[in-house]
Amino acid sequence: MGFFFVVFALVALAGAVGVVVLRNPFYCVLSLVVHLIALALLFLLLEAQFVAAAQIVVYAGAVMVLYVFVVAYVGGGDRPAPLWRASARQRALAIAFGGAVFIELAIAILGSGLSALGGGGPDVAPGFGSPAQIGELLLTRFLLPFELASFLLLVAAVGAVALAGRRGGLGDDRDVSPGHSTLDLPVPAARGTMAEGVAGYGVTSPMPDPEFEGRELKKGEGV
Amino acid sequence: MAISWYLLVSAAMFGLGAIGVMVRRNPLVILLCLELMLNAGNLALIGFARMWGNGDGQIFAIIVMVVAACEVAIGLGIIVALYRRRLPVDVDELKELHG
Repeated sequence: MGFFFVVFALVALAGAVGVVVLRNPFYCVLSLVVHLIALALLFLLLEAQFVAAAQIVVYAGAVMVLYVFVVAYVGGGDRPAPLWRASARQRALAIAFGGAVFIELAIAILGSGLSALGGGGPDVAPGFGSPAQIGELLLTRFLLPFELASFLLLVAAVGAVALAGRRGGLGDDRDVSPGHSTLDLPVPAARGTMAEGVAGYGVTSPMPDPEFEGRELKKGEGV
Repeated sequence: MAISWYLLVSAAMFGLGAIGVMVRRNPLVILLCLELMLNAGNLALIGFARMWGNGDGQIFAIIVMVVAACEVAIGLGIIVALYRRRLPVDVDELKELHG
């Protein structure tokens, strides 16, 4: 158990370092995939089988494919050295801050009085972390967060389409043909308005009478 | 292995992610480093779930994964929109976000 933990933890940390240090964003993504797989193995050591499987399928699978596509589309590797153009002082500050966060957390963890932190945790039932247990929790105790999460996913999907869509949103204006938007749906000849009911099928609302409009305007001005 | 070792690994991952967010300038890589920090939180949550012997922490971790997936979708959408408008994909040169 200890051996596997050391190996997986070292691989996970190496992947994390690779994400921060590597210059080509594509390699960063691949490094994160390595990191995520090692992390899923750590989850397995912690008896979280379902979360480990979800980590592999959702993260290392779907989300990373999305990243790879965007890196291939944007092509961030063209400009060299996006990493160390930051000034040396800024870099040193960032590293000092990250190190301070780590040391602070380490002091909090190692110095805590929680005796359970020192052990491997209690003995758990064989079904601990299985899909059956997670599913039961999600559909009973955590039903509201579950539904809210699904709603959040829907909102994010709509937002992503609106942001990255070719028409409307923030798209390049040159990509949009003039006078053509998502809202220009095909319109039937008869719309079922009251004007059609009075004047007959195919007659749209009549043009406003310019003289009448003028009279109204003049009357308004006179008063 | 004691749970505290998992928490130490999680803390190291969080620190590395924080360094990456501050040092890197490509928004794609900043998103990747955010993922690192979220995953550090996930590892700590799973460790706590093991420590208490109930599944609540694992549910929290799953919810964190959902939120991270949403963040990725929106963030990558913004990056694609930036690229389409021929804006620089570099957080130091992006000084304004108005459409």
